[in-house]
Amino acid sequence: MTTIENDQKPVGHGRMLRKEDPRFVRGRGRYCDDVQLNGMLHLAILRSPVAHARIVSIDTTAAEAMPKVKAVVTGAALAEQGLAWMPTLSNDVQAVLATDKVRFQGQEVAFVVAEDRYAARDALELIDVEYDILEPVVDVRTALAPDAPVIRTDLEGKTNNHCFDWETGDQKATEDVFKRADVVVTEDIVYPRVHPAPMETCGAVADYDRIDGKLTLWSTTQAPHAHRTLYALVAGLPEHKIRVISPDIGGGFGNKVPIYPGYVCAIVASIVTGKPVKWMEDRSENLISTGFARDYIMRGEIAATREGKILAIRTNVLADHGAFNGTAAPVKYPAGFFGVFTGSYDLEAAYCSMTAVYTNKAPGGVAYACSFRITEAVYLVERIVDCLAYDLGMDPVELRLKNLLKPEQFPYTSKTGWVYDSGDYEPTLREAMRIAGYEELRREQALKRERGELMGIGVSFFTEAVGAGPRKDMDILGLGMADGCELRVHPTGKAVVRLSVQTQGQGHETTFAQIVAEEIGIPPADIDVVHGDTDNTPFGLGTYGSRSTPVSGAAAALVARKVRDKARIIASGMLEVSVADLDWVKGAFQVKGDPGKSVTIQDIAMRAHGAGDLPEGLEGGLEAQICYNPSNLTYPHGAYICVVDIDPGTAVVKVRRFVAVDDCGTRINPMIIEGQVHGGLTDGVGMALMEMIGFDEDGNCLGGSLMDYLIPTALEVPDWETGFTVTPSPHHPIGAKGVGESATVGSPPAVVNAVVDALKPFGIRHADMPLTPSRVWETMQGNHTPPI
Amino acid sequence: MIVNGEEVTREIEGRLLLVHFLREELGLTGTHWGCDTSNCGTCVVWLDGEPVKSCTVLAAMAGGHEVRTVEGLERNGELDPVQQGFIACHGLQCGFCTPGMMMTARALLDRDPDPSEADIREAISGQICRCTGYATIVRSVQWAAATEAAK
Repeated sequence: MTTIENDQKPVGHGRMLRKEDPRFVRGRGRYCDDVQLNGMLHLAILRSPVAHARIVSIDTTAAEAMPKVKAVVTGAALAEQGLAWMPTLSNDVQAVLATDKVRFQGQEVAFVVAEDRYAARDALELIDVEYDILEPVVDVRTALAPDAPVIRTDLEGKTNNHCFDWETGDQKATEDVFKRADVVVTEDIVYPRVHPAPMETCGAVADYDRIDGKLTLWSTTQAPHAHRTLYALVAGLPEHKIRVISPDIGGGFGNKVPIYPGYVCAIVASIVTGKPVKWMEDRSENLISTGFARDYIMRGEIAATREGKILAIRTNVLADHGAFNGTAAPVKYPAGFFGVFTGSYDLEAAYCSMTAVYTNKAPGGVAYACSFRITEAVYLVERIVDCLAYDLGMDPVELRLKNLLKPEQFPYTSKTGWVYDSGDYEPTLREAMRIAGYEELRREQALKRERGELMGIGVSFFTEAVGAGPRKDMDILGLGMADGCELRVHPTGKAVVRLSVQTQGQGHETTFAQIVAEEIGIPPADIDVVHGDTDNTPFGLGTYGSRSTPVSGAAAALVARKVRDKARIIASGMLEVSVADLDWVKGAFQVKGDPGKSVTIQDIAMRAHGAGDLPEGLEGGLEAQICYNPSNLTYPHGAYICVVDIDPGTAVVKVRRFVAVDDCGTRINPMIIEGQVHGGLTDGVGMALMEMIGFDEDGNCLGGSLMDYLIPTALEVPDWETGFTVTPSPHHPIGAKGVGESATVGSPPAVVNAVVDALKPFGIRHADMPLTPSRVWETMQGNHTPPI
Repeated sequence: MIVNGEEVTREIEGRLLLVHFLREELGLTGTHWGCDTSNCGTCVVWLDGEPVKSCTVLAAMAGGHEVRTVEGLERNGELDPVQQGFIACHGLQCGFCTPGMMMTARALLDRDPDPSEADIREAISGQICRCTGYATIVRSVQWAAATEAAK
């Protein structure tokens, strides 16, 4: 099924340049902080300086007396209205403003509304809060100790920091396989806490109109419709009186899926003052208080034969969820899709047990292109497979080739119950080896090792699972994970397509026009894509988990086919033949055997709206809507090869080359896919080598600004080398799979595998991210310690 | 000060940052604000022909000087080759870093019409992009350089 073909014109209009760009290159995008409304006030949030403390008192007198200050609100004031707590996406609750105590450094304690943002910040300095400091729980490994302080005293009867347990797979069967295996490898593998850090931080402008009782909320949300419903449930406002507008978003990366206290504060402030209120957090607030990513401590075990046949994988996970369980995941999947940790391999058994705990840190977990914890799953399996290769003395590519699933095994049901839709893995890995010149690289490495130079080659092969999801078992707080789409063709043959998903830079305004153009034959330039306004778009669950193409992309193709079906009936009337006598040649219906007799989609659009009879029973107009419920996820895959050089004197890791071959089925716009991959690879290099949100023993966040939270610049990353294969998804209307998060998922293990490979002469089998010069140096000295 | 060739006069607080002056006083919202430690460079504009991070300049310090922003890149309705290059080479996704990146790129090409890849990477190393992985930004600048050279 796999093909490597000319990619200039796979679907629609191939490498079409983006419709979004003309406004962005002129500085004419409209992001949240660009919104200016008459009489608009500014909101700033006072945050806790400590990780764990009882609030003794809050004195707001001096702040309230400041000129330009319109309101100062504390948790106690919100509690009177029943708004001090809000539900999270994991059915836990989170404090909007702290009432009883603070539970992480940076937590929201009070807010000020003032005439401008400078005055609002000034007033924060004058709020006097007395804290009674409590011992914080920082290291997740000790959070469940009997004497650990209890963080969630707000939960009735809670006497420890246990959040939830979860398991998947067959424990007994897995144990049996491990007992009879020739080789068992165990390794403790930490995926440290990182942060998506989109260049634009989170923010909102709330405008409550007292006369008609309608709330308009511009906000940095990846899921405007889901947010609208949740605001209705939280604030008690009727849903038709809430309009959420997600304007241009300066990157989301999963950071902008949850509802943050700041949004709720802005809404409350607008209702209280009767004026529009803007809240924009700064970078430090974004890093310390909004959705983090990862923070999984994993014990990985792999069982195999002496010849390198992988038999089973077992893992135990300790998950740090912070002070509130705010993980954004389908309700029945508290550990997201971590169950795909069996990877791309054909196993006899697999088992995972997990415990999630509360700590005195910001909430989050699912973010940063993780596809609901698949980053962690792929990191675990690709790291432990390399550990096995190390112990067996096998080449890591050879070990993978021996164990990859075969094309005839698809659809493949994994030992943890995931049904992989399609895959032809070996050609993808071979393509990556071809581009990289794998054999030559190994020869170069051997020569360099003789000279004492440290060069590493890292391989990662991953299977993603994206496109949540079938509504029978996937929902976000009761909202089924389907997506709507509307297509309206105007009388002159121009069209508008309305989506429920929300681009944050992924190019939906371009690619959805391409999908519809392909199906309906209208040029993409004549198709406008509308998204991000809940008053003007159909309901759906938004963009995250690389779900736009699998779900909304399917909806766009099917709604276009629905319109085409109606167009066919109108065409039959115009041409006075039966519908069965018509052929669709892109953009027109043609009488079979008489190409001279045809009508274009534009002719049909005019007829649909114009004078004259339509075929019996047909309404005028040319439009349709749909709500697409996917039958399964899509399972894109990829093979990545990373080459690093390490300076033996300074332990600085330099990524010299990175080859990424992705297979996401049918490719809608190869230019945009490559851009998505480049961005994700940079995430991967950043996480593997630089990024970490750490904490000291007092619970102070150590990655709380861009001075400490290091993100790759143009100097830390190479020019990327990409390739592709095409294995379509059989259940998707155009065979397309999601891809946006693949590179972020697949690249960290490739980088770490490369670094560990470079350190092989030191007898190193594993090292934890982030592989900063100091950590690599310590590893080389045999002093490697896992990060906290 | 002179902003994009036009004289503007305002009474401001001494502490007002140039980035906020441009965005909120003048409505020139193409210049963005992405961090609070002067690392990200989404706020880069020109001050007397030099790229500066406008979050780290007081508006008062720019008084009497010439400021050029992304809104001043387009001339007579025609996009600057740098703007064209970013479109042609897919040098942007969410668009948030784009204005600052283009201002730096324009300054680089004015100084050095034929920069190497390393030169370009170094020139933009004070700026962060989360979407593109930088490769297409480098290509965009190279495209602009080649286009200008062809003229």
